[in-house]
Amino acid sequence: MCRMAAIKSKEPVSTALALRMMLAMQKGHDNSGFAMVMQDLGGAFANFKRFPLLSMACTSEGLYRAEKFLDDLGFTPKFDYQPDVDDLPGLDFQKMPHYVFRNYRYPEHFTNRPWDEKKLLLVDTRLKLRQLLNQDGQGYVYSFWPDVLTLKEVGDPRDIGTYFQLWNEDHWLKARVISAQCRQNTNYRIVRYAAHPFFLGGYTLMGNGENTFYQKNKEFQQGKHPGYIGFESDTQCFLYTLHYVTEVLGWPLAYYKHVVTPLSHEEISRRPDAPVLQRIRQSLQHLEINGPNTVIFVTPEGNMGIVADAKKLRPLVIGRDGDMIAVASEVCGVNMILPKRNTDRDLYPAERETVMINNNLEIQQWIQ
Amino acid sequence: MDPVNKIPDVKLDDVKVRSNGNGLEKKPANMVTAPAVKGLDANRAYAIQPTYVRDVNPVDFPWKIKWNSDTCIRCGSCVSTCTFGSIEPRLQRQGQTLSMGSFPNPVDNSQVIMAIKQVNDPKHYCRGCMMCEKVCPTNSIRPVYNEHNRFPLVARQGGSPIKRGGRGHHLPFRVLDTIKVGRISQMTDPSLDASRHTFDLLTPLGRNLPPDELPFKVENGKLVMDGWAPPLRWIYPVMIGDMSVGALSWRMWEAVTMAVAYLNEEYHLPVRMSSGEGGMPSRLLKSEFLKYFIIQIASGHFGWNRIIKAMPEMVADPAAVLIKIGQGAKPGDGGLLPAEKVAPHIQAIRGVPKADLLSPPNHQGLYSIEESVQKMFLSMNAAFKFRVPVAIKVAASATSVAVFNNLVRDPYHIVGGFFLDGISGGTGAAHEVSLDHTGHPILSKLRDCYLAAVDQGRQGQIPLFAGGGFGDTGDLAADAFKAICLGASGVFAAKIILQLAGCVGNEKGRCNACNTGHCPVGICTQDPRLVARLDVDAVAQNIVDYFLALDVELKKLMAPIGNSSLPIGRSDALIAMNKSVSERLQIAYAC
Repeated sequence: MCRMAAIKSKEPVSTALALRMMLAMQKGHDNSGFAMVMQDLGGAFANFKRFPLLSMACTSEGLYRAEKFLDDLGFTPKFDYQPDVDDLPGLDFQKMPHYVFRNYRYPEHFTNRPWDEKKLLLVDTRLKLRQLLNQDGQGYVYSFWPDVLTLKEVGDPRDIGTYFQLWNEDHWLKARVISAQCRQNTNYRIVRYAAHPFFLGGYTLMGNGENTFYQKNKEFQQGKHPGYIGFESDTQCFLYTLHYVTEVLGWPLAYYKHVVTPLSHEEISRRPDAPVLQRIRQSLQHLEINGPNTVIFVTPEGNMGIVADAKKLRPLVIGRDGDMIAVASEVCGVNMILPKRNTDRDLYPAERETVMINNNLEIQQWIQ
Repeated sequence: MDPVNKIPDVKLDDVKVRSNGNGLEKKPANMVTAPAVKGLDANRAYAIQPTYVRDVNPVDFPWKIKWNSDTCIRCGSCVSTCTFGSIEPRLQRQGQTLSMGSFPNPVDNSQVIMAIKQVNDPKHYCRGCMMCEKVCPTNSIRPVYNEHNRFPLVARQGGSPIKRGGRGHHLPFRVLDTIKVGRISQMTDPSLDASRHTFDLLTPLGRNLPPDELPFKVENGKLVMDGWAPPLRWIYPVMIGDMSVGALSWRMWEAVTMAVAYLNEEYHLPVRMSSGEGGMPSRLLKSEFLKYFIIQIASGHFGWNRIIKAMPEMVADPAAVLIKIGQGAKPGDGGLLPAEKVAPHIQAIRGVPKADLLSPPNHQGLYSIEESVQKMFLSMNAAFKFRVPVAIKVAASATSVAVFNNLVRDPYHIVGGFFLDGISGGTGAAHEVSLDHTGHPILSKLRDCYLAAVDQGRQGQIPLFAGGGFGDTGDLAADAFKAICLGASGVFAAKIILQLAGCVGNEKGRCNACNTGHCPVGICTQDPRLVARLDVDAVAQNIVDYFLALDVELKKLMAPIGNSSLPIGRSDALIAMNKSVSERLQIAYAC
């Protein structure tokens, strides 16, 4: 199993909080890696929210190729942050030669294009960059999106934190939304692209569990969108389904739950919207999640959502105080950063609900 | 001769026979020197000996009758039970040496006994149904398979091809048995509990629209229907395959319909049954139970006169209409109902005289797939005002994928299911050459079609239903589950339903005499005396019981792979213990 920690805060918070949550849940993962997606950034990137931010780890050759490629497309660098690192001896972690966290200006002819067109450009550019670097192992391109930063490393989370100085609460890296995951590698090779959270077109998603319909999900998703690639992890399928339902089909977000964990036929037959739900169940039968899972996702608007499998076989707890909401696989993770909260107000999402947290930290529970 | 109504033809045998000690009759080796018995002309016996060599003899037949004279009590049960006229009682003289009194005083003597003899006539060859053995109170008679038989060489007398029912016999091995459910949820994810968790086993029958073509619109943050969508039925993934009333006795057909209605009404298990090509009783057509039935139309259109006439009075729509193009057991051959089985009630339902009823191998007027979509599918859809899914059944073939692709791309979205029938399917009657030498195994074609759909991102748009040999070993749940993992939305099975009713036919050549009208258990016959052998209620109960057990067994297979809904296309759950099978079906090889 993996362990997940997510923070949604009114003010930008340090990555140290996420790391502390993860370490509290250390018995649930194997120190093989740490991955994190940050959104609604503060710190060094606070003034560059409009500009697509490239998150990439690569070799010198990879960096050269990427810069040239972006330059050819007309992207120009706006802000580049070179993190200070503590390269102490004995750190258990597979370093890459270059870490790129760089804001770009859109190509000139795209500057005044509508957001829908810019979205496509950004997704397409990231995919091409990924392909460019991936073909001979020159690096990893995680996200290229405004106000989104991704870090994925293979190694001991504590050492990764030390190297990037993530333990420093006054660090350059802060955000209002942080999704972090430490993994227990069972099924997959230890590769960076297999580490969630995954990001596509403004959506972030991580999950704790086993997608026993992985093959069905994957076979259905392949070819439905150019961004549905990789499939290094079965959790990617959950992200692609979220993206497909909301972005490609344009359905309200509440229907994500109806797709991944459809109601039983008996329950559907008793509902007034049965014709719609039956069609969804029929048409999207290959996107169902069948297995133990909890999923945390963040929408492009920054809203955080949580759904669980239909039998609630994997746990998740939501703790909160006035200015922050912490979501973790285990309550000890929440205790680590919100020790004084009123635990009576903790939420344990049920199998038939979608929990949504908006930017005002208001929580809605949508019953399926 | 009517084998059922025959009066035993008792004859005095010309040949003297001794008891050979183990009770089984045997011609004496020393016939030439056998002492003449008064009244028996040994010379006659010698005179007819050359005829024995040339003549057809039970030794040429696939089954030889073993009969024990010593234990037989001559009750006649075997003879009266044998529906094929394969055995008959005959009188024969038997030599005996007796000694009576206080001193040994052996005296040669003879007596006339009644013996059970196998009939020499190929028309009455023993089918190996073993009914004689079943009814014999003293276990004195049984058919034994004769591996040295020459039956194919003696059975084509008169230039008539051999016909048979049942199934083909020459498959090298059973592929389903090489496949196991090998991906078991262990520590990575919890198995489910088949007894306590809830499972949702239903599968959609009907054309499935691509998600982006669903007629939805958003109103107040909710999706609402906005236009027509093809008819959809959620049904049980194991359905009862097409067997016509005609091929089956009316009591058998009634028993199956009763079982289907009972499963639906009492257990809420939406099992569906195909009518086969032969129409349906008017009373059923006009009843609310019609919704449990898939009405088949095949190239002979048998029964459709009555179906069309019943339409104005129908109170429920059928589950589906199934256009039968071909059949796995005898692909390229049309339906065949021998005149022997065209009883008055069959004539009435089908609207035909008593004659061999031959459905053409093709639907007349359909010369291409495109035409079939435009003409046949549209007209069948229109017949029920586009409220009933219209599916197609074809025999598995090297061309299956081409057919499937063509249908899946049909722009009208009116093909509601693709039923693929494999070589191991059954039939009521067929030429043996078709049964044994034509056809295509189901699994590779099912897999090919599913993967072709996957390649196009169209999986599930036309649900695939597979048939042909499922349940042959008695474990229909396991077979169905494996087919579902390979991409089937469900399976259809028919032979096993007959076997639940007492059919004794099997893949090793036992019985398979469905074409003769002499079914020994009253299933495939219209002879009232044979049909009376069938206990309708008991058969219906057997079928219901089997489906209830099957339902539990399906859950017992879904639970360990951690699925509570059908794992359609989850081939990662399967392993093959045969390398070639694994490569062909694209599932993991394990040893």
